[in-house]
Amino acid sequence: MIQILFFAGIQEELGIDRLEVEPEGIYTVKELKGFLQHTYHSSTLQQSMTAINENFVTEQEKIKEGDIVAFIPPVSGG
Amino acid sequence: MNDVRFFEIVDQPIIIEDLIHKVASREVGAITTFIGTVREFTGGKKTLFLEYQAYPTMAEKMLREIGVEIKKKWPDARVAITHRIGKLDIMDIAVVIAVSSPHRKTAYEANEYAIERIKEIVPIWKKEHWQDGTEWVGNQLETIRYPAGKPIAKGESE
Repeated sequence: MIQILFFAGIQEELGIDRLEVEPEGIYTVKELKGFLQHTYHSSTLQQSMTAINENFVTEQEKIKEGDIVAFIPPVSGG
Repeated sequence: MNDVRFFEIVDQPIIIEDLIHKVASREVGAITTFIGTVREFTGGKKTLFLEYQAYPTMAEKMLREIGVEIKKKWPDARVAITHRIGKLDIMDIAVVIAVSSPHRKTAYEANEYAIERIKEIVPIWKKEHWQDGTEWVGNQLETIRYPAGKPIAKGESE
């Protein structure tokens, strides 16, 4: 099982702040994004950065069982 | 000294004095504070209030990372950063950065560096509430894009 976190615009668009998925056939961030894109037709997901276990990663990063994957839309703190 | 938290996300008003105390010491000759406040007009449009959201644990982690970057660039600087989340009214304080150092130049430079990095790598978002709608900020012109797919890693900037 992997846990997925959504924030800000994505959270609002999807109407959920978290999701648990069984990562069958999903090995990378890119594949997970593709899967979510296909399932939720999100327009904001593609512009998001990704963090795994609170570290920024690229789309090529591998996802492991137990990971917490967060989609980080462009930040606007300060 | 162990229980002083130098990098915090809070949902209560920030007391500026607290951050000054965190970085003050006998070796210090300068303390700069940056106070980010909620502006009423952006691009001619009137904001009613802002709503800030964070990924709190990661946001504090990234603030600490900014602290590490600053230590590398300005070894004698000491930094404290607090960012507030939740509903903020016009003129409320959203963020306070305090930097101390033996001499003023470092305190000024490191402070500016900190706010720029917050806007790049810290997972905090603001939502504008106007009379006629709302929007999560992040698709504005001032938003920085990351062609490499992720923010610049520490030490890579400049």
